[in-house]
Amino acid sequence: MPWISACEADEIDAEDVMRFDHDGHTYALYRSPDDKYYATDGLCTHEQVHLCDGLVMDNIIECPKHNGRFDYTTGAPKGAPVCVALKTYNVKVEAGMVMIEIV
Amino acid sequence: MTQPHGMVIIGGGIAASRAANALRDEGWNGSITMVSDEPHVPYDRPPLSKTFVTDAPSPAPYLADIAALAAIGVDFISSNAATRIDPQASTVRLRDGQSLTYEKLLIATGAQPRRLTLPGSESARVHYLRTIEDSLAIAEQLKPGAHMIVIGGGFIGLEIACSARKLGARVTVIEGLPRILSRGVPQEIAEVVASRHRQEGVALHCNAKITHLVESDDAIGVTLADGQTITGDLVVAGIGAQPATDLASKAGLAIENGIRVDSYLQTSDPDIFAAGDCVSFPLAAYENTRVRLESWRNAQDQGVVAAANMLGKQQAYEAIPWFWSDQYDLSLQIVGLRGAQDRSIRRDLGDDAFILFHLDPAGRLTGASGIGVGNAVARDIRLTEMLIAKGVMPQDDVLADGKASLKALLRQPG
Ligand SMILES: Cc1cc2nc3c(=O)[nH]c(=O)nc-3n(C[C@H](O)[C@H](O)[C@H](O)COP(=O)(O)OP(=O)(O)OC[C@H]3O[C@@H](n4cnc5c(N)ncnc54)[C@H](O)[C@@H]3O)c2cc1C
Ligand code: FES
Repeated sequence: MPWISACEADEIDAEDVMRFDHDGHTYALYRSPDDKYYATDGLCTHEQVHLCDGLVMDNIIECPKHNGRFDYTTGAPKGAPVCVALKTYNVKVEAGMVMIEIV
Repeated sequence: MTQPHGMVIIGGGIAASRAANALRDEGWNGSITMVSDEPHVPYDRPPLSKTFVTDAPSPAPYLADIAALAAIGVDFISSNAATRIDPQASTVRLRDGQSLTYEKLLIATGAQPRRLTLPGSESARVHYLRTIEDSLAIAEQLKPGAHMIVIGGGFIGLEIACSARKLGARVTVIEGLPRILSRGVPQEIAEVVASRHRQEGVALHCNAKITHLVESDDAIGVTLADGQTITGDLVVAGIGAQPATDLASKAGLAIENGIRVDSYLQTSDPDIFAAGDCVSFPLAAYENTRVRLESWRNAQDQGVVAAANMLGKQQAYEAIPWFWSDQYDLSLQIVGLRGAQDRSIRRDLGDDAFILFHLDPAGRLTGASGIGVGNAVARDIRLTEMLIAKGVMPQDDVLADGKASLKALLRQPG
């Protein structure tokens, strides 16, 4: 599966999220408080809202629309109204770039 | 005779639905019976003035289907109202004559639209908006060129106005007070909403007193005190809602602008709990000021907390009020409880999005109101909610600076 270079590692603040669009698809990239990087689909599974406007606290992304919650490290739903998991993607950092494995 | 029947929930809205799920999540494995007087499984109301109208025909916003309810063992009875609660016998009588015995009861009967009492308001051309049927009946008439007259410049009236414009209908909004959204929304934000509606072609009449309505063969007229009559195809009245408390008051439960519950959402009867739009409850973060909210998240969260307490978990409901509204590409979010003496500090977030923070005379953050395209204000509003819960007294310049991190403020010790 292809690895795509998404952004520079320091473009995302610690404990924050950034939107990344590629080939007509939206992803959300996360940098955890302990400086690990993660990626999920960019739209909430409840009503297709962009998660990049949401709030990251520890390993949770909270949707900006109705405060549904996901663990962005696993994609698991963690609070109503969301009940469907987010798809997650493999991420690595190479030469200062965040790379995401598109499947 | 009847034996204990476990948990009974009256109502089929979001509060009832979340409560049923939460009872299972909290480990209850006895019976759960949910009774709704609507002919539907529980559904979400917020889309009824928004996408359910503009995207019609679209699937109804059901929260679960019958199979999903059955899968968690909820015995769901629809189209059948609870007509009497007997707290001594712990029974609920239904319209069809059957009687349910409860161990614990949850009342989640919600609210009903306030009705117009003006002469002429019984006309079939006058609509209210609370249910799927209401929304469908309005949507059916919103053809290009049709004229909808909205009475009341509150959230529901303005949202349906926006949906009608999207569908090409003409819209007039009549508000009795000097401005729209006077309940709970600061003037600065209401002005943004008002000018956007005008830009989109909505005729807004504030300070307008209606004397009566007149129906003719093919139209309805709304006559104002100045003598002018506005004629349209339909009227939608959005003039507030009243808590559905009849059942509770007939059962002798305490009522105070809604069914009175304590911070555990327990009514004056220890076996009966209540949640959602039908209750008034003490707000812990605001010196236990008693409020009744009409807010989706409040109904959802109260359903969950009530369920826990029905199982004896003693969980206090300590949320901060929160509400959103969508109009055109704008989203408005309001958090907290603004006091009459509060002053406001403005934070600009770019692209015309801004937030007004509200601070009480002692400097404590009490609330925030924000508006912007999409979800531009969402993150800061959510952080404000946490700052309020923490009782923070922020510096004015930090609040005013759109680049200053509220998260950092939240993480500051002390
Ligand atoms: C058009 C519209 C748009 C909205 N938009 C927003 C929004 O954008 N943001 C927001 O925060 N909030 C919004 N709200 C408010 C939100 O939908 C309500 O706060 C929420 O629905 C309250 O849920 P509830 O379960 O307490 O009550 P309800 O949803 O009113 O449900 C109560 C249910 O109980 C049933 N019932 C009543 N009496 C009986 C009885 N005796 N026996 C059996 N069943 C009974 C009722 O028929 C109903 O099905 C909107 C509301 C409407 C109507
Ligand atoms: S759109 Fe994300 S929680 Fe509703």
